[in-house]
Amino acid sequence: MMRDDPPHESDHLAVLDKLASLRRFTPARIALGRSGSGQLTETSLRFMLDHARARDAVHATLDFDSIGQLLRERDWSVVAVRSAAADRAEYLRRPDLGRRLSPEGRLAIEGHRRGDDVAIIAADGLSASAIEINLQPLLDDLRQLLLARGLTIGPLVLVEQGRVAIGDEIGETLGARLVVVLIGERPGLSAADSLGAYVTWRPRIGMMDASRNCISNIRPAGLPPEEAATQIVGVIEKAFKHAVTGVQLNDLRGGEAIPVVGPRE
Amino acid sequence: MSYHTTIDGTRWSFHDLKTLLAKASPARSGDALAGVAAKSAIERVAAQMALADLPLKTFLNVDLVPYEEDEVSRLILDGHDPAAFEPVSHLTVGGFREWLLDAETTTSHLTALASGLTPEMAAAVSKIMRAQDLIAVAAKCNVVTAFRNTIGLAGRLSTRLQPNHPTDDSRGIAASLLDGLLFGAGDAVIGVNPATDTLQDYMRVVRLLDDVRQRLDVPTQTCCLGHVTTAIHAINLGAPVDLVFQSIAGSEKANRGFGISLSVLAEAQDAALSLARGTVGRNVMYFETGQGSALSADAHFGIDQQTMEARAYAIARRFTPLLVNTVVGFIGPEYLYNGKEITRAGLEDHFCGKLLGVPMGCDVCYTNHTEADQDDMDTLLTLLSAAGVTFVIAVPGADDVMLNYQSLAFHDILYARQTLGRRCAPEFEDWLQRMGLTDPDGRLLDQAASGAIGPAIALIETMRT
Repeated sequence: MMRDDPPHESDHLAVLDKLASLRRFTPARIALGRSGSGQLTETSLRFMLDHARARDAVHATLDFDSIGQLLRERDWSVVAVRSAAADRAEYLRRPDLGRRLSPEGRLAIEGHRRGDDVAIIAADGLSASAIEINLQPLLDDLRQLLLARGLTIGPLVLVEQGRVAIGDEIGETLGARLVVVLIGERPGLSAADSLGAYVTWRPRIGMMDASRNCISNIRPAGLPPEEAATQIVGVIEKAFKHAVTGVQLNDLRGGEAIPVVGPRE
Repeated sequence: MSYHTTIDGTRWSFHDLKTLLAKASPARSGDALAGVAAKSAIERVAAQMALADLPLKTFLNVDLVPYEEDEVSRLILDGHDPAAFEPVSHLTVGGFREWLLDAETTTSHLTALASGLTPEMAAAVSKIMRAQDLIAVAAKCNVVTAFRNTIGLAGRLSTRLQPNHPTDDSRGIAASLLDGLLFGAGDAVIGVNPATDTLQDYMRVVRLLDDVRQRLDVPTQTCCLGHVTTAIHAINLGAPVDLVFQSIAGSEKANRGFGISLSVLAEAQDAALSLARGTVGRNVMYFETGQGSALSADAHFGIDQQTMEARAYAIARRFTPLLVNTVVGFIGPEYLYNGKEITRAGLEDHFCGKLLGVPMGCDVCYTNHTEADQDDMDTLLTLLSAAGVTFVIAVPGADDVMLNYQSLAFHDILYARQTLGRRCAPEFEDWLQRMGLTDPDGRLLDQAASGAIGPAIALIETMRT
């Protein structure tokens, strides 16, 4: 039916404009134009710039001293440790090492065993800028909301070269009832500063990803840190009520699911 | 039983078959992570030499994953066709490589052989083949499937149009879908990875895709890549499901990690067939696989990741799918570290799939923490096109804004058509011409040359989120 209308030359530009107008519905790179089968020069270079940003974010080193200093000034008790992965190259090839503490790190954590309700862990993961930009505003709100609910909070643990599951060893060692891991997510082309929050009830070494709940895409232009804090505490309240996280918590909640996904790490 | 070879007076021993296969595998990070890789370059070649001398029929007598404990092993051995195997049953792995390359071995020989091969045989021979060998043999294989169009004919390259959106916004999905159709993409399938796995979203996405397909009368099939159990529920509730999707892996334990079993897949296939939506064929399943998925679920049984990957194709062929693809660079640098490892794995997966009779495609892709870039994707696309890959995946501008990784751009499909001479499915090719999108030679015209675009945009404008 539609194809019976012959196209008119004068319509062409208007139609292309309309296609570009669909960009308001999606961040996807639509209506790019082309030259032969190739992309236009500006488009091609813009893509390379975005990839360069993402690559640099993956390999950037987080300044743990400055972050620790900043948080101590805001009355956080901070413990800084390293995972068993020696450097970024080993971290990328050996996820198992990023999930375990270095021997020194384990000793440091053992000295803080208090059995608090909630342990909060911040790890560089795959994006240093995610921590630099989002951690402090998120933590301030998170602390306020948790204390208002009468929950005790353990020391803030900063982890270098850490993966999500390192929270299991740290939480277990601290004797915490629940652990929240805040970690830099794998950068995409459109966002290199995205933080993920993983909530795990009764953390212990060897837990499956299906036993965590995840709140993703925390960043100023995505889920703002203040809103994320509210959502994280919402999950924590339900976890304490039902003594579970992950798939099983979703099953209790019925249709409205909190995502349970494999870590983007 | 152990395996040996001697090089310059040094005797190399491999104490069992899975060790031999693992040590003979071209280097990749996942096998090192699993602790099964060769410890030196010479040990790798020694294993390849010992493997080349191994009789092919050995694989019928040795279980890599115990038969009693694993339904995938049972499927492989119970489904083996001795008559089809007969022409190569006397060969060693090395002799089999030469048989495959021999000009006397033609497409019809390879088609007849498929059901006589086990995945382990395909994996074994691939380990002693160079990239060129993998391309040359795969190019002789031909696997044709059909649903609303015909996929896999000689000289053709189909595409999955992947219009993902971070929150599954209907208009956002439709916008990317339209962008892809204007580039002539989407003849393999228009398939969305949903951001959530709820039944409601699944139903909404398949209805949306079906609505756009019908309005534009596109001779293709659509798919929401939710979990197979969600698809079964949706079919029972009357959703317009063309293809049922599922990720699969090479052991029962790994598939349990995906929440599936062979019986669930059979149930899904029956459900999709009951809708009888295909017009030119009845291949209703779509599977994705990827090296490293079994290891990441701790379900690899000490077997190298490429052999485990090939075992997944035995599951795929049991369900006569329309499409299968490896998501080769998606699983991460701990399994395939860089562009070189991704390229090798993409060619191996395609070769093994085709040899086993599977309509094999590839998501030519990488993540931002992998040592790879778009140059590597161009290389792999070019090599896979030479190998006759069934289909590849494309997204707007190569940037998947939901899964946060890079695949191919719609532009890259045009490159494969114009520079490498690969055409799309014939029914889809006719449609592109009818719509005024291509000229009689199949060359894409100015995008605005279609009268359908204005109304299609108007349709999107009226959609709710």
